[in-house]
Amino acid sequence: MKYDGKFGKYGGVFVPELLIPAIEELEEAFYKFKNDEKFMKDLKFYLNEFAGRPTGLYYAENLSKELGCKIYLKREDMLHTGAHKINNAIGQGLLAKYMGKTNLIAETGAGQHGIATAVIGAKLGLNVKIFMGSKDVERQKMNVFRMQLSGAEVVPVDIGSQTLKDSINEAFRYWISNLDTTHYLIGTTMGPHPYPNMVKFFQSIIGTEAKEQILNLEGKLPDTVIACVGGGSNSIGIFSGFLDDENVDLIGVEAGGEGIDTSKNGATLTKGTDGILHGSLSIVLQNNDGQIQETSSVSAGLDYPGVGPEHAYLKTNGRAQYVPITNKEALEAFELLCKTEGIIPALESSHAIAYAIKYAKKEENKGKIIIVNLSGRGDKDMGIIAKELGVEV
Amino acid sequence: MNKKTYAEMFKESKENNEGVFIPFLVVGDPNYETSIEIAKLLTDKVDALEIGFPFSDPVADGKSVQEADLRAFNAGITTEKCFKFLEELRKYSDIPIGLLLYYNLIFNYGIEAFYKRLSEIGINAVLTADLPPEEAEESIKIANKYGIEQIFIVSQKTSNDRLKKISEFAKGFIYVASVMGTTGARTTVEHDTTNLIKRIKEHSNLPLCVGFGISKPEHVKEILGAGSDGAIVGSALINIIADNINDKDKMMDKISKYVIKMKDATRGI
Repeated sequence: MKYDGKFGKYGGVFVPELLIPAIEELEEAFYKFKNDEKFMKDLKFYLNEFAGRPTGLYYAENLSKELGCKIYLKREDMLHTGAHKINNAIGQGLLAKYMGKTNLIAETGAGQHGIATAVIGAKLGLNVKIFMGSKDVERQKMNVFRMQLSGAEVVPVDIGSQTLKDSINEAFRYWISNLDTTHYLIGTTMGPHPYPNMVKFFQSIIGTEAKEQILNLEGKLPDTVIACVGGGSNSIGIFSGFLDDENVDLIGVEAGGEGIDTSKNGATLTKGTDGILHGSLSIVLQNNDGQIQETSSVSAGLDYPGVGPEHAYLKTNGRAQYVPITNKEALEAFELLCKTEGIIPALESSHAIAYAIKYAKKEENKGKIIIVNLSGRGDKDMGIIAKELGVEV
Repeated sequence: MNKKTYAEMFKESKENNEGVFIPFLVVGDPNYETSIEIAKLLTDKVDALEIGFPFSDPVADGKSVQEADLRAFNAGITTEKCFKFLEELRKYSDIPIGLLLYYNLIFNYGIEAFYKRLSEIGINAVLTADLPPEEAEESIKIANKYGIEQIFIVSQKTSNDRLKKISEFAKGFIYVASVMGTTGARTTVEHDTTNLIKRIKEHSNLPLCVGFGISKPEHVKEILGAGSDGAIVGSALINIIADNINDKDKMMDKISKYVIKMKDATRGI
């Protein structure tokens, strides 16, 4: 391998030997094609014409006035399939095509990444298999149907927790058995090298655009950038534009679930410790023996016991801060954004909104310019939200 | 009890014109007592034992092993109980005992403390399923310090360069994955294994044991015929446990008959 894929002590390639040839092949292809003019031209074309980039940086005037700050929303919710996931799915889908692979596999929890992979597979003529915990298949029937409409096969995973974590295990297993034909399109910034760097590369368009846009709108950099963190792809995407601007505070918002003092949360960076999960050394939620724990959040996209290794690094070196937001706070923020701005955010993004509100209310933050990454739209969450609000739909 | 080394084991079996037969078990499958009983039952019928610690996310394993892990968790198995199991087993038998487990369990315990503990118990070797050579430098150093042999897997897709590198620090034996896949019983052994065995022998003087997908005496004969020094069988044995979970006597009887049949297939090569 060319690089060790480390972020400080985090990252690396903790995979079975049988996967190494695939990882080597992928590393070589990624570093080759990211500098390939034709590849980058194709990538730009699909991002713009298929997904709908660039996305706006929208001044949330009503919310800002209510809070006494200037809040800008990076509108990843406006993208095709409804979330930032499509950026990376297009990138890796194209890469797979350039590598001569005929099949894509992906894991999905709520289904957003599964749908993004399914549509790019349909567009590029690649066969798609989506691994999804059988519990998730049951509670996300509509998304399963959407994936199937684009020709993807949804494989229910009925072992272990039957959620995202086990769908990732199963995807790795399938990949080991089908290396020649198949690319594993990981949806977030976790996994063995080169995934954390590669997913960051494909999501960095968010940060690149946001930086240019805020400079045009305000003539200066923001004070703070806030994004939700599950595996960490939308957050690393927007953070990447500001990592070198040390005066810009970067805040990642995790799933506090029913509270970080309960066992029902997904606050990996708040409560986790160093450990190895799904191919890299990062911070994970685990018991004293190193057995990975199950998590809980109203937002399926944040319901994961690990996090991308670069986030572990950014937390440890203090460049970014990570804070939890509970289910209740996220739902309140969801309702507030719907009412004040007429924007229906995904439950994941509602966590970022919730923290932005909390943050803006602090005296010392008055008047600050804050960018919140609105990573996805809430259409997918209607069932859950109606249930939480006690409304029959 | 003193332990027999892998080198001694391979030498003996060679003198007897035999291949070695190494079954794999998960500690605590289906519960602590039964699993130690199974392990003890195996000790005088096989050449060495491969012992797994259950892990929550066993990505290199197929369904049989993952379900064994889950049964072990349901039976309350912890790392501490795994050590107790090894201590009890080592008091009972001197055959080589190797571990097959995932890196987070070692990392979490403390790499140095883990290997020290294994050395005190008298364990021969460790194969860490998700620790390729790229990440293994520290583990190898510590393993060497405590006299534990660090074992590595190679497959059809392992390049010659990589084989060469692995053979520089691999100890005990080379674990040859006969198929590109996860662990699990299969109906046939891949025929490329013959070429792979030949290729490995060009780069390493270590004995070879083939695992993944081996379940029948014919498979054992086939891989030994192809030049392997031994066979490792996990899922097929675990399936006997799973299929007879409510009838321990029958389980023990079937396991006993199965391993005798498999060991017989290693003779007269």
